[in-house]
Amino acid sequence: MTEQTMTVSLPTRGVGLGILQTYGVYLAIIVLLLYNFFFTPNFFNIGNFRTQFVQVVPALIVALGMALVIGTEGIDLSVGGVMALAAAVMPLYIGYGLIPVVMIAIVVGGLVGVINGSLVAFIGVQPIVATLSLMVTGRGIALLIAHEQLVSITDPTILAIGRGTVVGIPCSMIIAVVAVLLIAVLVNRTTFGKQLIAIGGSRRAAELSGLPVKRILLMVYILCAVLAAIAGIIGTARLGASVPSTLGNLIELSAITAVVVGGTPLTGGQVKVIGTIAGAALLQFISATLNQHNVPDAYSQIAQAIIILFAVYIQRGRLAVR
Amino acid sequence: MTIEPPTTAPLPGSVEAPVLEARGVTKRFAGVTALRSVDFAVRPGESLALMGENGAGKSTLIKVLTGVYQPDEGELLLGGSIAKFARPLDAQRAGVSTIYQEVNLIPLMSVAQNIFLGREPRNRFGLIDFTKMVADARGLLDVYGIDVDVRKPLRSLALGVQQMVALARSVSINARIVIMDEPTSSLEAREVETLFSVVSLLREQGIAIVYVSHRMDEIYRVAERIVILRDGAVVRVGQLSDIPRVELVSLMLGRSVEKVRRSGSTAFSATNASTAPPVLVAEDLSRRHQIDGVDMQIRPGEVVGLGGLLGSGRSETLKAIAGVMQLDRGRVTVDGKPVRSGSVPAAIRAGIVMLPEDRKAEGIVPNLSVRDNIVLAALPRLSHAGFSSRRNQDAVVEVFMKRLHIKASSPEQIVSELSGGNQQKVMIARWLAMRPKVLLLDEPTRGIDVGAKAEVQALIDELAREGLAIVLVSSEVEEVVEGSGRVIVLRDGSIETELQGADVDEEHLLAALAGVNE
Repeated sequence: MTEQTMTVSLPTRGVGLGILQTYGVYLAIIVLLLYNFFFTPNFFNIGNFRTQFVQVVPALIVALGMALVIGTEGIDLSVGGVMALAAAVMPLYIGYGLIPVVMIAIVVGGLVGVINGSLVAFIGVQPIVATLSLMVTGRGIALLIAHEQLVSITDPTILAIGRGTVVGIPCSMIIAVVAVLLIAVLVNRTTFGKQLIAIGGSRRAAELSGLPVKRILLMVYILCAVLAAIAGIIGTARLGASVPSTLGNLIELSAITAVVVGGTPLTGGQVKVIGTIAGAALLQFISATLNQHNVPDAYSQIAQAIIILFAVYIQRGRLAVR
Repeated sequence: MTIEPPTTAPLPGSVEAPVLEARGVTKRFAGVTALRSVDFAVRPGESLALMGENGAGKSTLIKVLTGVYQPDEGELLLGGSIAKFARPLDAQRAGVSTIYQEVNLIPLMSVAQNIFLGREPRNRFGLIDFTKMVADARGLLDVYGIDVDVRKPLRSLALGVQQMVALARSVSINARIVIMDEPTSSLEAREVETLFSVVSLLREQGIAIVYVSHRMDEIYRVAERIVILRDGAVVRVGQLSDIPRVELVSLMLGRSVEKVRRSGSTAFSATNASTAPPVLVAEDLSRRHQIDGVDMQIRPGEVVGLGGLLGSGRSETLKAIAGVMQLDRGRVTVDGKPVRSGSVPAAIRAGIVMLPEDRKAEGIVPNLSVRDNIVLAALPRLSHAGFSSRRNQDAVVEVFMKRLHIKASSPEQIVSELSGGNQQKVMIARWLAMRPKVLLLDEPTRGIDVGAKAEVQALIDELAREGLAIVLVSSEVEEVVEGSGRVIVLRDGSIETELQGADVDEEHLLAALAGVNE
């Protein structure tokens, strides 16, 4: 009986709000681009856009994994720690060539994902608690491995991941595009993606429908951590040095902001891949805009905070409907 | 209750003034009337039972009496003068205390600390006087014959004893009315006895008891008067001694008493069970406090009703078979092959599927489309190497939307925008897409409109004719009787009786629900 009154009120609830929820991030990007078109010299040229894209790659890749986790009504705070761990183990295997270095970084990241996923899926720890502990210990272990030191990397094949190009396109961009395509296919075209979204929509209903809920949750956290490790590899290659003390600092906040601004609700049940890309792009444009107008970096963090507040505020309407 | 405390025996013709009274209380939620002009009164030292099935308004009434809700119309009177409880604390201060089945005290604190929480005895330095607190707590519990170490943390005690502590606490805070909401649902038999003796002690002190329970044996033992609610209204107030069990059940369920009385005269007839071997065999299904030794055999093409009042274990039995609930004991086989218990995927693989009672919380995935909801369970079967196949899905979705007459603008419509009836059909489609052998239906027509209800009922018939084994749980007597070939009646977690053939009628079912043996 109560459900009828709810369904009736659903379509009429704030049309304007609905548009903001779905397209707000694109509107914001357009506004920002227009502003830069008129007021920022040298913004609209290929070189600048290329720089922007290359800079956003690590955050974007992390945000893709974050989108999956948030889609299951979870959250992963340990992504920065995973990036640091990936950075810390890379110099240890540098003599063995590109593939072993990349593999070991990914395996280490995946292990963190196994721990996160097991805590969440099998032991039932709240995602925020499970991943918070690894956010701290991940970077701690990374610093122990690296003896709190910065190690420069000179291996040209590794550096190429961050700095090289293939037919004029930066390698990191290619990696990001591949990651986006894979995640988009995973979310929209596979059983796994559909099941993941169903778990986020109603875990109980998913369980009662016989879905392998725990296995899927485990996989999602592993995927997120592996993507973070890849972001760590790219970040390290770009810097030309393993810097576990600062690499990926606060990246969980950027990633969560990108996901939420992109229209994926924190309450799960949806994953917006394109929206996540737009969210990451918006953050990048904001910091670039402020940067090019010589506004200190601290302001771009404040801007980020305001955006996430605003995005979550807009999503409140969605929560009320649920 | 053989000895009547003096305060509770009203002289014939005279009525003692109620200590707590509700007059014309109406409460609405979002257009739904939960309480309709309810009059309710409880007198000092009396034990009053409050009964009703799901949705009758019991919990709403309790929440109004304890200040959780404020009535939209009507008023509360405390000791004859109008009282307004803006919040639960107001009611507590006025002497209305509630004991829930879940003890809401602080588990890590000692018994004594819990009893004196917020009003600890102080010494002359203004610090807590632990010696006095322990002594006082011990003295208080002694009165009720509860022998525990009051310095131990509350959680180290059995649940029943914790409840006694909660009771002692509320009484020591000048409670004049104690509302007990299903106090015995998780108690052992021995603990129930202790509770009852405490209840009679409280009554001797002039404290009024409002006793809410589904267990009829307890009601008749503990209470002397009863208020029966149905659909938010009081349908009967009276002395329990004047209301036989069958009448009580029929009042709660809203079926006519005359019909029930005639039930004894109906002749037994031969059963017409089909000869096919049973597809589902469940043996000795047991789980502490929920179900105890439930057996059943269901043949293909059979609709078996599972009757029982609220709390009888009917939903739990379905959950046990469907692997949703862990079992202490018992086993389930399908076509002779054992099914791993406590695993939903195992049950589904064996061909057992369950339509859950709470469609909104356990059934639909609200933000997904009709299509995604229908194919949810069958996804792996409709996929190629992990990639979902749109074409395979379309085939299934189309067939079931047409066959079940699911009214949606398109398969892509969000399921939560559909009416309750159509949501239910989406749920049934989800399970039919799994080609099950056994379909367990828990309240399949609850909360859906009349038209959809008839459609769902017709569908159940049709599915049975096609050879599906169906177990039907419904709180509507009519639905169970008309839908089922035979009815297994549960009471307090065990099978009370089984109705077959011509015995499957409302009269026999009501008698069985009431536990009246003929």
